[in-house]
Amino acid sequence: MSYFTQNSLLSFLGYPVSLQTFLPLSAPSLHFTMDWQGQKLAEQIMQIMLLVFAVTAFVAGYVLGSFQMMVLVYAGGVTLTGLITIPNWPFFNRHPLNWLDPSEAEKHPKPQVTVSSKKKGFKRHQLVFYYCR
Amino acid sequence: MHSFGYRLNGLLTFAVTILALMCVIASLSDNLNIPSPSAEIQIMNINWFQKQPKGSDEVSLRMNISADLQSLFTWNTKQVFIFVAAEYETRKNSLNQVSLWDAIIPAKERAKFWIRSSNKYRFVDHGKNLRGKEFNLTLHWHVMPKTGKMFADKIVMSGYSLPEEYI
Repeated sequence: MSYFTQNSLLSFLGYPVSLQTFLPLSAPSLHFTMDWQGQKLAEQIMQIMLLVFAVTAFVAGYVLGSFQMMVLVYAGGVTLTGLITIPNWPFFNRHPLNWLDPSEAEKHPKPQVTVSSKKKGFKRHQLVFYYCR
Repeated sequence: MHSFGYRLNGLLTFAVTILALMCVIASLSDNLNIPSPSAEIQIMNINWFQKQPKGSDEVSLRMNISADLQSLFTWNTKQVFIFVAAEYETRKNSLNQVSLWDAIIPAKERAKFWIRSSNKYRFVDHGKNLRGKEFNLTLHWHVMPKTGKMFADKIVMSGYSLPEEYI
């Protein structure tokens, strides 16, 4: 089953599927991600670029005396920022996290939470108090 | 910011917010402009001056309006709306204003003009008070911006009067 149809089936069955896997794929290995450092970098780049383009657009519009020039420069800046920060470029994935293998996880089981008897006593105490009210 | 849609939403929201801020600053920059307009109105002719049957006085004038309003335009101006009003005082009302003519100036190049026209709108009184009346002609303008605050002001020209008897 191809990657695309597999994801369609999973989303139909109610499993959460990330949007990025629905990009048109020619081969199953075209699956880009962004790591945590990359996400922070993308957000910073987006904020700084938008502010810089806003200031540039305003100055250009004011100096040229044209409101339309300001809007056009800003729209171009927003598009450029979008092209740089939104897709999962490789330079956003330079610190990838290495998840453990499933077999590795089985060797170290999660600790069980034990219920203490003291807790039960407390509860009864609370119930008595409530009854007296 | 961990998925495509999430980042797209963040970008668009931030971009639109900054655009709103830019528009506010553009509107504030209009205050830096100090306009110096000038205007002159001559009454070339009084076409007729009559009392309507069972009604009020009415005048028809022919005016020569010339003005230079180019200094009103800034980079944030969409158009300027101007109108000429006649103002006078009667026994009943301390101020009567009647709009006689108006126009929209879409660009700075058209803001220096002269036009000869009779009044677009009827100069009618509430009553029969216009005989021998002295009145002012005021040129009002509203500078309509592309974004933000609209500025309005006027020039008052006095010294006009109507004939003593009906024509």
